[in-house]
Amino acid sequence: MWDYTDTVKEHFLNPRNVGEITDADAVGEVGSLACGDALKLFIKLDAVKERIVDAKFQTFGCGSAIASSSALTEMIKGKTIDQALGVTNKEIADFLGGLPEEKMHCSVMGQEALEVAIAKLRGYNVPRHEHGHDHEQYGEIVCNCFGLTDGFLKKVIAQNRLQSVDQVTHFTKAGGACGACQAKIKALIPITGGDSQPTSVTRPEKLTNLRKMQLIQDVLEKEIRPQLWADGGDLELIDIDGDRVQVAFRKACAGCASSGYTAKFVEQKLRELVSDEITVEEAEA
Amino acid sequence: MKEVYLDNNATTRVDGAVFEEMRPFFCELYGNPSSMHYFGGQVQKKVDEARNRVAALLGALPEEIIFTACGTESDNTAIRSALEAFPQRRHIITTRVEHPAVLNLCRGLSRRGYRVTELGVDGEGRLDLDELRNVIDDDTAVVSIMHANNETGVIFPVEEIAVIASEKGALFHTDAVQTVGKILINLQGSAIDMLSLSGHKLHAPKGIGVLYLRRGVPFRPFLVGGHQEKNRRAGTENTASIIALGKAAELAGEQLVEENIRMKHLRDRLQRELLASIPHARINGGLAERLTNTLSIAFEYVEGEAILLHLNEHGICASSGSACTSGSLEPSHVLRAMGIPFTCAHGTIRFSLSRFTTDGEIDMVIRELPPIIRRLREISPFGKVCAEESAA
Repeated sequence: MWDYTDTVKEHFLNPRNVGEITDADAVGEVGSLACGDALKLFIKLDAVKERIVDAKFQTFGCGSAIASSSALTEMIKGKTIDQALGVTNKEIADFLGGLPEEKMHCSVMGQEALEVAIAKLRGYNVPRHEHGHDHEQYGEIVCNCFGLTDGFLKKVIAQNRLQSVDQVTHFTKAGGACGACQAKIKALIPITGGDSQPTSVTRPEKLTNLRKMQLIQDVLEKEIRPQLWADGGDLELIDIDGDRVQVAFRKACAGCASSGYTAKFVEQKLRELVSDEITVEEAEA
Repeated sequence: MKEVYLDNNATTRVDGAVFEEMRPFFCELYGNPSSMHYFGGQVQKKVDEARNRVAALLGALPEEIIFTACGTESDNTAIRSALEAFPQRRHIITTRVEHPAVLNLCRGLSRRGYRVTELGVDGEGRLDLDELRNVIDDDTAVVSIMHANNETGVIFPVEEIAVIASEKGALFHTDAVQTVGKILINLQGSAIDMLSLSGHKLHAPKGIGVLYLRRGVPFRPFLVGGHQEKNRRAGTENTASIIALGKAAELAGEQLVEENIRMKHLRDRLQRELLASIPHARINGGLAERLTNTLSIAFEYVEGEAILLHLNEHGICASSGSACTSGSLEPSHVLRAMGIPFTCAHGTIRFSLSRFTTDGEIDMVIRELPPIIRRLREISPFGKVCAEESAA
C-alpha cells in the first residue's frame, strides 16, 4: 500500500475546486483514458486578465492524481499568471507533504496542465500528440507510449535533479510501459558529480561582440537556468554591455539571501565558457 | 472498524484450528525432524502426517509431496528441473496470463537461449488448445500453464493440456496456487507431472508451499544441501508451517464442496447487484468457467486505485488491475492479454472471497461501492461522456 500523507488523503477524499468553469479564460488538458490519468484544468482571470481568480479541475486518475489536482488549484488561486507559472511540481508535492517517488508524475501532470492552459491563453500553438498529452515543449518524441518529448523530459530532469532512468519514469512515466526508450532517457540525464557535465557549449578562442552575446545567452539557457530550475529558481537576462552581464533573479532565487552567491556562480560559469573578462551583476529591481 | 476482507486471492486468514495445530511446534516441540532422538522423531511423525493430509487433498501419494517455502519456489523448481532433465530440449510453452513467478522466470530463460512461447487468450481469458497443439513439438521440454488465473479466476483445462504435453514427451507443470482447496483435484491417474500450491491461499500461514512431483518424473533439485525431502529440497523443514498446511489441507478437503456452493452464491449476488446498480460495468472473464470465489469487475471511466482508496475508508479490502496500485504504469498483463480496453482495465477491481466471507460483508460492498463510482465519475473529465453514453 502506498504511504500517502494525511494531506494527500484529505485532498483525495475531499478534493477542493472540482468541476468546470463554463466561461473559463484558459483550459489545459493533459493525459488520456489510455494513459490511466488525465487532468482538465479551468482557469478564470480577473478583469485585466492578469490574476487567477478561480481555478477548477476534473481528474481521472489515482488518489495522488486527484490530490495533486486539488492542491494545484488551491495554490494558483489569487496568483498572477506569471506567479502561477512559477509553481513547480515539487511545490505541488511539498504542498501535499510529499508524494511517493513512484507517484511524482501526478504532480508533474498538474504543472503540465497549468503550462498548457497558459500557453494556449497566450496564443502559442500547443501540439497534441495521439495519446492526448498536450505539451508546450516541442522536441523529438522520446517515449512513444506516453508521447513525451526530449524537451519536456529534460526540464523535469533538471527541475528535480533526477539521476536515474527509474526516477525519470516515476516522475514522468516515460519508459514505464514498453521500456524501449530507456536508453534514450539515460542519454538525457546529465552525468552528475564534479564539473565534468557534458556541455553542449564549448569555449571558443576568439569572439566577435555579436557572437559573444549569442554565446552568453546560450550558456544561460543551456547551462545555468536548468541548474537554477533544479532549486526552484530562475533568472532573466536583462542586458549585455560589452563584458557586463545584467541578470534578474526569479522564483526562488528572487530575494534569496544567497543570490549574491548565485550571481558569482553565473559569473564563474560564463567566464569558464565564454570569456575571462565577464562580470555579472544583479539588475536593480 | 471491522475489516471487510475480500482479497483472498492475495492471501487468506489463518484458520484458528490451523494455528492451534502449529502452535506447539515453536516453543515446545521444536526438535529437528532429522535428529536421531525421540525429541526430533516426534516432530518427524507430525511432518509425515501433514504430508499424508496434503497428499489426500490432491489425490496424490505422500512421496509425491515436496515441501517448499512458497508457490514461487515450487514454480521455479518445477520449470528449471524440467529443463535440466531434458537438456537437449530448448522450448518452453506458457501463457501470457501466468503469475509473474512463472512468466518472469520464462522471460529470463528466453534471454539465456531458450525458446519461449506464450500462448494468448481470448477476450474472456480462455486458451485456444489448437494454438498449443500447433506450437508444441519435439523440442518442447516443459509446458507450464496455471490452473486458474489469480486476477480473473478463469480456469484452464489442465488435464486436457497435460495429455497434449505428454503426447509430445514434454513435462507438464501447473501453478495451482489459486485452485487447491477451492476445486476438487485428483492427481491419481492424471497426466499432470508437477503442480505448485501455496499454503497462505488456503488458510495456512505464509512461507510454506508444495511442489507435487508425480512418481517417476525426472527431477533435479533447486536447493542443494542436506538430504531433506528425499534429497529433493535441501534445508531444515519449516516444521510448524508444514504441520499447519497439513491441517489446512484437511479442513479444505472437508469443506470444499459445501463452501464452494456458498461462495458462489455470495459472489453471484455481489456480481448481480453491482451490475444492476452501476452503469458501464462489465465482468472480466464472465463467460468463461471461473473460480466461484473470484469477481473481476471493470468500471469504465474511473481509476482502480481511487476506488480502492475510497473502499478502504469503509474498511473494504479488495485489489485492482490498475497500473497505479502496483507502481507499474500499465494495467495488469492479464487484462491486456485479454484485450480488455484500457478504459476498463484501469478501472478493474477484484473481489475474492473465502469460506470466512459473510453475507454482511457482501451487503457492505453492495451498499458502499455504487456511490463511490458515481462520485469518481463526477470529478472525471470523462464523466460526461459516460453519462451521455448511459442516456443514449
